[in-house]
Amino acid sequence: MSEMKKAMKKSGNIGQLMIPLIAFGLLIVFNLIRDPSFFSIETKLNNTGNTVLAGNLISIINGASELAVLAIGMTLVTAACGGQDISVGAAAAIAGSVFVKIVRGAADVNGLTVILAFLACCVVAMIFGSFNGMLVSVFRIQPMIATLILYTCGRSIAYWINGGATPTISSPITSAIGSFIPGVPIPTPVIIVAVMVILFNLLFRFTTLRLYTQAVGINQSAARLNGINTTMIKLLSFILLGVCVSVAGCIGVCRLQLINHETLLLDIEMDTILAVAIGGNNLGGGKFRISGSILGAYVIQMLTTTLYAMKVSSTDVKAYKAIVIILLVVIGSPVVKRWFTKKMGNLRGAGLRRAGAKEGV
Amino acid sequence: MPNETVLTMRGISKQFPGVRALNKVDFTLRKGEIHALMGENGAGKSTLIKVLTGVYGKDAGTIWIDGVEGEAHIHSPQDAQNAGIATVYQEITLCPNLTVAENMYIGRGEGLLVKRKDYEKKAGEILSTLNIPARPKQQLASCSLAVQQMVAIARAVDMNCKVLILDEPTSSLDDKEVQMLFSLMRDLKSRGVGIIFVTHFLEQVYEVCDRITVLRNGELVGEYVIEDLPQVQLVSLMMGKDLDELNNMSGFERKDKSAAEVTYEAENLSSEASKAFDFRIHKGEVNGFTGLLGSGRSESVRAIFGADKVTGGKVKMNGKSVHITKPYEAMKNGIGYLPEDRKRDGIVADLSVRENIILALQVMKGFFKPLSRADMEKFADEYISALSIKTASKDTLVGSLSGGNQQKVILARWLLTHPDYLILDEPTRGIDIGTKLEIQKLVLKLAEENVSVTFISSEIEEMLRTCSRLIVMRDRNIVGELTGDQLTQTQVMKTIAGGEAS
Repeated sequence: MSEMKKAMKKSGNIGQLMIPLIAFGLLIVFNLIRDPSFFSIETKLNNTGNTVLAGNLISIINGASELAVLAIGMTLVTAACGGQDISVGAAAAIAGSVFVKIVRGAADVNGLTVILAFLACCVVAMIFGSFNGMLVSVFRIQPMIATLILYTCGRSIAYWINGGATPTISSPITSAIGSFIPGVPIPTPVIIVAVMVILFNLLFRFTTLRLYTQAVGINQSAARLNGINTTMIKLLSFILLGVCVSVAGCIGVCRLQLINHETLLLDIEMDTILAVAIGGNNLGGGKFRISGSILGAYVIQMLTTTLYAMKVSSTDVKAYKAIVIILLVVIGSPVVKRWFTKKMGNLRGAGLRRAGAKEGV
Repeated sequence: MPNETVLTMRGISKQFPGVRALNKVDFTLRKGEIHALMGENGAGKSTLIKVLTGVYGKDAGTIWIDGVEGEAHIHSPQDAQNAGIATVYQEITLCPNLTVAENMYIGRGEGLLVKRKDYEKKAGEILSTLNIPARPKQQLASCSLAVQQMVAIARAVDMNCKVLILDEPTSSLDDKEVQMLFSLMRDLKSRGVGIIFVTHFLEQVYEVCDRITVLRNGELVGEYVIEDLPQVQLVSLMMGKDLDELNNMSGFERKDKSAAEVTYEAENLSSEASKAFDFRIHKGEVNGFTGLLGSGRSESVRAIFGADKVTGGKVKMNGKSVHITKPYEAMKNGIGYLPEDRKRDGIVADLSVRENIILALQVMKGFFKPLSRADMEKFADEYISALSIKTASKDTLVGSLSGGNQQKVILARWLLTHPDYLILDEPTRGIDIGTKLEIQKLVLKLAEENVSVTFISSEIEEMLRTCSRLIVMRDRNIVGELTGDQLTQTQVMKTIAGGEAS
């Protein structure tokens, strides 16, 4: 009995992660056929004299960092509010501008100033997050409409912060955040994603956030009658997304060592929402899996990198991406899922996975 | 007015999977008559209306409509409209963002090229003949609910309807608006329109209606002229209880607990949905709120729990003044509440049985004190076996359980919080007889353990079996409190019906 239960649970878990895993697998197989050395990882000396890991896989995981961090917060907002925040790119530009402003303002850039700058931009991003959250939770505006405001004006606000220039920062600390810490072969943004994942897992372990968020997302009325402050949970999801926005903004700024308020994390909101969707999370709210969204982020990045590696011009990439995404979303749709379940009948578990792979090829 | 029939329904039957919703029901509507269709929940009123309006197909029976040759075949709402049957629902089904005139002429199949001027003029004429206080160019949303409803009626009248169905039209109207609606109804009556009036407000039936047809459990009880049917008798017909039938409630001892300490006491408590009322319950007492559907019984207990916005009143818990305006505060003060609408307010369908059981306890413990996995499993196991909840496992989604088992999960949720005062609103609705008895027994057992319980049910026997005190409500007011020897069906029904009988 308990064996069976475990097996059922396992298949359920795989169920949600099936689509991103299949996509991931297919992309890997495709790339290996195309170019067997695509995934080779090598060590090399970078221009600051560090021994670091390099290769397509590393650049994919590294490049997806901002997306992955944002996907964590977006998953929470989606689960609690049943809608998405489309202002994350603009908010990240604001956060990045604040970070640059403070770092540039400091007479001497040391660890403390960078931490202070990050905290300041974190606070700013949380304030903008609460603004969005207020509109959604208190005034019950649809998330996409509520966040449209900041989406529209966010980059102008970012422009004002640094007076319209695209100022640069140059400090070994910020460059270490954007690339490698001396002596560590793994790119720093990858480490930051790992830290964020751990922090959020701790948050879920030591608070009831997961239960409350899911309850609010599934049945708000029941959640309220069980004493959950539904307004607060929705607001909190936006504030936590604000934290993710500030982290993503800082990574983005540190990578380039400058802030361009027009291009920093441009269009990332759509990729973020997509990562949540590919991760098998219901965009209408309710149950969620952070791991799915992060996997989704890596799938998107791998897709982009693969296309570039195939010498697809950057203008065409979006169109190709769209085709693959349509496929993923349709395969993950309830209609196809139901069809699968029906076809597979009793052979759930392993059957589902096999069939999924077959269909995909 | 001559007794000319405008609508005749004979032998209408309708079967749903597992339920016989209508069984050979007859209904007759005459010209210029307001005819009330009465019955408790599940009596078949709405099914009959839906058959008539073409929403459901009928399994058997025939319908004749004045002006339609032979038997009328109604297979869709469009057919019904063409046959002259118009329906105005409780919720407004017009478009609030269009003007009054547009709403009256939208989708009437008069082609694309309708002249705004023309129909605004026509709308104005109809509105003024019917004395409806609305302008044709006014946006519908700017009218009060009552006026919106009247516009819907005006639209129906303009389509030359012979039969006008008003389904619970007065539920969201205040007294003055109800009077406005009634005068419109009388006006239409004098123009020869037959009106079917579905409502649960007894007094309103006696105010405007000429005839009453009573349904119960999908069967026709009878058609009565209003003068021949006193209110008490109507209630007994609706509930299916003979007034003379003496109830025999032996075997269960209803304990009078009026001497025990008071657990909960409210003075002048009111909420957005309920009128101010006083209420008190003693330790180990089981009391009930009774009354017909819509009498305000659910709204009252929701006010106690803070489920609707509390607007005033003083509340004491175990003798101490407390402040309860939202569910969390009620829970902290030891009150539990099983809501009337299990699907909407009770279960969190996509979460597991385990998570559903521990939800309230977890909320009371607080955001930063999550229960350990082991504790959750232990609590879930304990209550799954204590209430014999039939579920494949603790991890099964609660939405996939049967109604009775879902209800038990919610009961488990509140029992786990060990409340001093537990409110159960319709805990036995829609569940099988075995589970019903289990729940009743559980209520009596809780009372033995000194928990105060408020038990609400549409089934009077059930309440008489469990409650030692019944609070009777009618039209959102408490109209009586029955204890001891007064706890008989006859007395309950008399009090519900009110008027001369009580």
